[in-house]
Amino acid sequence: MNTVISGTVVKFGDNINTDIISPPQYMELPVAEAAKYAMSPVNAGFAAKADPNTIIAAGSNFGSGSSRETSPLTLKHLGIRVIIAKSFARIFYRNGINVGLVLLECPRIDDIADGDQLTVDLKNGRIENIAKAVAYECDRVPEHIMRLIEQGGLIASLKKRFGVES
Amino acid sequence: MGKTMSEKILAKAAGLTETRVGDIVQAKVDKAMMDDILGPRVEIAENMRAIYDKVWDRDKVVIISDHYTPPATIAQAEIVKFTRDWAAGHGIDNYYEFCGPCHQIMAENGHVLPGTLVVGTDSHTCMGGAFGAFATGVGSTEMLGVLLTGEIWLKVPATIQVSWCGLLPPRVMAKDISLKTIGCIGHAGATYKAVEYIGDTIKALPMDERMAITNMAVEMGAKAGLMSSDDKTYDFLARHGFHPAPMETASDVDAIFENVHVFRADELKPQVASPHAVDNVTEVGNVVDTPIHQVYLGSCTGGRFYDLVAAADIIKGKKIAKGLRFLISPASAKIWRHADAAGILAILADSGATILAPTCGVCVGLHSGVLAAGENCLSTSNRNFIGRMGSRAANIYLGSAATAAATALTGHITDPQTL
Repeated sequence: MNTVISGTVVKFGDNINTDIISPPQYMELPVAEAAKYAMSPVNAGFAAKADPNTIIAAGSNFGSGSSRETSPLTLKHLGIRVIIAKSFARIFYRNGINVGLVLLECPRIDDIADGDQLTVDLKNGRIENIAKAVAYECDRVPEHIMRLIEQGGLIASLKKRFGVES
Repeated sequence: MGKTMSEKILAKAAGLTETRVGDIVQAKVDKAMMDDILGPRVEIAENMRAIYDKVWDRDKVVIISDHYTPPATIAQAEIVKFTRDWAAGHGIDNYYEFCGPCHQIMAENGHVLPGTLVVGTDSHTCMGGAFGAFATGVGSTEMLGVLLTGEIWLKVPATIQVSWCGLLPPRVMAKDISLKTIGCIGHAGATYKAVEYIGDTIKALPMDERMAITNMAVEMGAKAGLMSSDDKTYDFLARHGFHPAPMETASDVDAIFENVHVFRADELKPQVASPHAVDNVTEVGNVVDTPIHQVYLGSCTGGRFYDLVAAADIIKGKKIAKGLRFLISPASAKIWRHADAAGILAILADSGATILAPTCGVCVGLHSGVLAAGENCLSTSNRNFIGRMGSRAANIYLGSAATAAATALTGHITDPQTL
């Protein structure tokens, strides 16, 4: 997988819970439809503007609440590849990694602003803020999680284990 | 060195003599639960077809259609049908539907036993910790891994000990214990940790009430919320027809806890979590006079027989406030029938309450009582996030069944002790 990812930040605050990321009334729709409403309770225009160039940067406790995998799945459908947060809620963290997203915890998230251009170096756990000419260190990703990320998520890992073509 | 409940249960599940906090273990799952909203239809069915279309042990799999039952839309009906058909097609005899929220069904049907490892595709799976099990919520892809391999990797958590001692005052309930604890520890105060609830207050609670506390452990970010098993645990199971061999599940006397919080129950007043965070907790007395349009008594958190009786006790012979909607959803079909036979539903209905089917429904804004803009709801459920029950311009207050009943009578948030 690509271990260097570049993009533009859309910034969120603390405690972005799963009722915000994946509002419950749309969960009965296919992921592609539900994705149109991702983040809508706090940022109604987010989904329409999000694309593979979007990097989500958020405060503490991102993804708190439900175990609903529609949260990372709708974000992934919109093209999001990386989410950087001060901290993640635990079920969201596992779900995000499992579906193939890159989730990084960065203590200096407050220095990152909406619209910033970032280059994320996954292997070295570094984020470069191009315009501000600053680099940030991320918390070390545990080895077993790193292996999952490198394989592209849990499904890819299971396919490999069961000898099925990806 | 002494071990906590979590260290011991995960050691057993992983086939190890012992574990330590921070160890990553590969654990065998005793029960894997899926619901309709996040079960086979999300990633699981499609990828099992691609990888291997058989579950590792069909007796260890439980599927419960609860969020969308009864369905309110064609899409919801299709999801329930898909779930039903998938369960049948994969030989899952443990399939339930239209019975009520999954965690209550798990408890009543002997699927959560002391000392076991239980995972479920719903964050409130932690409710099972009331039975001395390590029970935790997982995502759908995670569940796919469990269904194929029967195992899950887990990091052995540190444990926060929460001790409640003393006698609960009249009309103060386990939900108040739950909210007070969450208000103090905070909604991320237990992230990645297990929370263990001890003390004579806890021991004095019936299982119905214990479940209201462990149900909400996840609202502090916890991986699990545990209580050791005792006579009450085995009596509950026996009443539902299950007789597992009793086992000792408590943490060792010299176990190491990361943190200890001590609370006195005799000082506890009724509590409310105000919009829009579960740890935005205050005494009911501080928010009385907040006008309420809908009171919801239900959900896996607050719809058990004990809750219905507590509400009936307050509301008996009286009428609810004019213009207020009091919706009641017993947490399971069994509870519904029991409450009906005991005359409890009639007492509640006579007050003007609407008796609903056992379901998740409006707890998560799916059907049967969704809120309009500008409406305030007092609910016995577990989350008050913005937009959760409908309009994002609606407000949810969380409280106990007693607070709910008192509020239904007056039309504004009311301390049940003042009636």
